[in-house]
This record gives sequence, C-alpha cells and structure tokens, in this order.
Amino acid sequence: MPIFYETEVNSRLMLGTAQYPSPAILAQAFKRSGAGIATVSVRREAGGERAGQDFWDLIADLGVKLLPNTAGCHSVREAVTTAQMARELFDTPWIKLEVIGHADTLQPDPFGLVEAARILTDDGFQVFPYCTEDLVLCDRLIKAGCRVLMPWGAPIGTGLGLNNVYGLRSLRAHFPDVPLVVDAGLGLPSQAAQAMELGYDAVLLNTAVAKAGDPATMAEGFARALDAGRLAFEADPMEPRDMAAPSTPILGKAFLA
Amino acid sequence: MTTPVIIRGAGVVGLCVASELRARGALVTLLDPAPGPGPQACSWWAGGMLAPFCEGYTAEEPVVRLGQEAATWWQTHGAEVHRNGSLVVTLARDRAELSQFARRTSGHETVSGANLGGLEPLLADQFDRALFFKDEAHINPRQSLTTLRARLIKDGVTFEQTNAAPTAPNVIDCRGLAARDALKDLRGVKGEMVILRAPDLTLSRPVRLLHPRFPLYIVPRGDGVFMLGATQIESGERGRASVRSVMELLSAAYALHPAFGEAELLEIGTDARPAFADNLPRIRRRGGTIYVNGLFRHGFLLSPALARMLADLVLDGQIPEVMDEDHS
Repeated sequence: MPIFYETEVNSRLMLGTAQYPSPAILAQAFKRSGAGIATVSVRREAGGERAGQDFWDLIADLGVKLLPNTAGCHSVREAVTTAQMARELFDTPWIKLEVIGHADTLQPDPFGLVEAARILTDDGFQVFPYCTEDLVLCDRLIKAGCRVLMPWGAPIGTGLGLNNVYGLRSLRAHFPDVPLVVDAGLGLPSQAAQAMELGYDAVLLNTAVAKAGDPATMAEGFARALDAGRLAFEADPMEPRDMAAPSTPILGKAFLA
Repeated sequence: MTTPVIIRGAGVVGLCVASELRARGALVTLLDPAPGPGPQACSWWAGGMLAPFCEGYTAEEPVVRLGQEAATWWQTHGAEVHRNGSLVVTLARDRAELSQFARRTSGHETVSGANLGGLEPLLADQFDRALFFKDEAHINPRQSLTTLRARLIKDGVTFEQTNAAPTAPNVIDCRGLAARDALKDLRGVKGEMVILRAPDLTLSRPVRLLHPRFPLYIVPRGDGVFMLGATQIESGERGRASVRSVMELLSAAYALHPAFGEAELLEIGTDARPAFADNLPRIRRRGGTIYVNGLFRHGFLLSPALARMLADLVLDGQIPEVMDEDHS
C-alpha cells in the first residue's frame, strides 16, 4: 500500500468530501469503498469561530487520514495562508496544495505551485501538490521538497479520464520512487484502473462519486477497479502487438504466409 | 378532553405543528423569543418552492413522498399557493446536466420551443428546452408565516414572547438550530440568498438553472420581486453573506436572463438550516420533550407532513415513520 511521507495508508483510494447529497451518504461511500484518505476543503467553509466544525467532526468520525486542501486558492499567498489555517484546524502537517491558475479550466498555476510548495516545505509542511503531468514541473516540485506528486488526469470535475497517458507513463518512469497519485478528472472506474495499470500509487476523486446517482455504489465500483488495475500492474502485463498471436496453435497454414 | 401543549419555536415548523394540534382540539401555547415571523427564523429566508419532485434529485425518497402533501396543506391554511409547476433549465453547454436531472427525477415532461415560450415568454430567448414539473407549486414564505400566525391567534392559540425553557410536561420543541443545545447531532448548513426587484420581468413559476458550479433557483414573489437562492455550505455560521456567494448567485441570474442585470438589489440574506447527517427530518422523544427538527432545506415542503405525524403521535399515540425514539 502507498506510503506518503512515512505514513502507510490502507487503500489506494482517496476521496474528496464535497458535493455529496448528505454527510450520511458521504460516510456510506467511505465505508463501502474502504477509502483511506479524505480530503477536506478549508477555505470555503471557513467562517468565524470554526463555523464548519460540525461537518469536520463528521469527517473525523470516518476514522480515515485527513488531507486538508487549499481548493479555490488562486495565489501563492492565499494558498499559504489557507495551509497554515488547515494545519491549525486539523493538526496535521499534510496539505494538498492547489494553486489555481485559470478560472475556467481550474488548471494549476505551475509557477505559483512551485513557489508555494517551497514556502510550505520550509515551514515544515508535507506537501501533496496538485499539478499537471509536466515532467519539468514535477521535477521542480521535487526539488522544492515535495515527496508526493499529484498530477491531474483531466481538469477538475470533467470526468474525462487520463488525457495524456504518455505524459503520465513518462512521470512514472522518471520518478520510480516518488508516490504518484492521479488527482482530478476521473469519471469512471475503468479510468482509475488504467491509472493503476500505469503503476500509479493511488487516485483521488470527488465528483465522480459524489455526483453519481448512487455515490456509495460508485465508490465501491472505484475501489474494485483499483484492485483490478493494481493486480494487473503487479502481474506484469503482456506487451501489445500488431499481429495476431493465436493462443492455440493453428496447423495447416504456410509459415509466414 | 383538551390536551394542553406547549410549543417552543414559532418558525415554520412550530406554526405548522400548532395548526395541526389546534385543529384537533389541543390547547396550544407557542413560546418564541421574537414577537412574530422575522429574520431570526431561518424560514424567513426560505425560497418557498413546494417542489418535491425536483428535490428528489438529491434528497431521499421520504422528501419526495411527504412533500407532496405540502401544496394542499398550505392552501387549506390560508396561504396563497401558486400551482403553476416549476421549470428546470441549463445553459446550452451543460445540456447533459438536464438529461441527468430528468433521469433522476419523476413527474416532469420536456418542453421546448413554442411550448416553453408559452409557459414563460421570458425564457424563450435564452433557452430552447426545459423540464416542466407541472404538479409543483410555490408560495411566499413570509406572507404564509404571517397568515398562519394570524389564523392561530384567531383560533385561540396563545403566543408568549420568551426564550425560557418551560417546566411543564408535553413540550414540543421546534426551535430549529437553536435546539442544538439538546440535539448534539444537529448541524447548520449555511445558505445565502438575494432578493431582487425587476418590475419589467415576469415569471409565473420557479425556475432552476442547473450548473456544475453555480446551481441557482429563482422564485417569483409577485410585484416584480424575485428571490434568488441559495448556496449550501457546510457551516453553522448565520450572519455573513460572502461576496463570492452573492456574486455567484447574481451571475447565475444574469445567465438566466441578462435583463436581471438591471434589477434592484433589495436584500441579501443568510442563515443556517438545521440538518441531521442524512439531511432528513426527525421526530425525537427525549424525556418529556418531543423534538421536531432537521428539516434542512425543506421547511415549507415537509412541515405539513411532520406536523400531521406529530399530532398523530401526541394525540393518538401513533408512532410516525420519522420517529427516533429514546433508547438511552
């Protein structure tokens, strides 16, 4: 199972906690899927006097690791402040760092991300950066102190799956020892299985489960797909080929006809 | 024999419960710290949509079923109920949201082109297709609360302005989020809303705009007044509408029709809805007190059914389906 900053988690599934029909259904989704990490947004709920505390208590009751995030932050300063607030609220050095660079696509701002990652790492945070699959960016993030990478599959909430399989495969090859998590853009369990087949360590999703007609059942679907994909990766799959290779010998044909 | 009953809280739940109990002969006293319906109760900020089928998109089955009692109940209790149905639309690029909404709800038909224009001429320029929920309705919440209170006074119900906890037996607690002092699993879900005046614009029924980021509904209040609602944020905070939320609501209204850009901003409101973890209501007995709470965003939709069940419980000893007994 994946190890993030010396902490082993018991599942390859990480779930966001927004947009569910109710906290009770959110809890069922965690239970049915066995998801090991819950991300929780600080910014939007942050009112005076811990106004979001009741909801956070419900999340804490799930009994999973909490990964607070800086969702919705559009600048380095905002992200850093939110991370500091999250550390205080949730008593954890973990932070999923989001610095949004484009309002419409919610694409990460790679420049702000590296800067914020460096500031937070120097301040003792353990940063999980939400990034693109750009190899050079990922290299800079590691140099800035990140020991996990969370490239997107596709823009947040689109459900388009792994848009750049080549880029994701290339990241896996270049960073064999860094835990890699596909974060955002997944809509279907088959896409999560594909991430596992590429050798990714985990996936993080929210909308695909929360906005399904039956979130708990969809969460279980994802959990099973992750198992299937991971097993495939560990089993060392066959190489695809252009020519058919019959699994039973065919006799009576000329060789190389 | 008349049973004396004390109700704490004169928001939408308390007033509906008082009406049901009084109609069945109970001697009712209502206690509330405020002199009448007003901004201290979260029902003051409600949309007033009686839309059980649309709510079924995210709410569970009891809301859809029990909510169907609401329109008739309000009508027989003096409220002006507009039974014109409701419409659901999307911007062209979110068309898939409309198909999904249609799949997950019932009681609708698709209307397009001239038929949509016939229902709501205002929408015909912007939208070519909508879902029409013909059996839904809407009311003006503030007017309805005021009317209901006046009827209760006329029917001999006593109102006392106090926040003190009564010592008498037979207390029905309908205080909403204030009952958190006793109900630890109750949480607040913040909502922000806006009231606009656009005298040149006419809608005959509530319209929901489905949007992946900024879902919105707009409810006509008559005389060119419209209510835009509502955000849904996991926070018990009651008093602070954020610029972001209001901007989102206003942008969505503008997307519905650009003429809303010229509307006058009358009010920005915010409060927290009382909810349990499954966002479903409960009737809960704890010692001598019965709590009716957790109506979430369905105060006007579910209060009639909850009031009926509460009266069945108190007067006839019938255990309601949403009962949550004291086993401790």
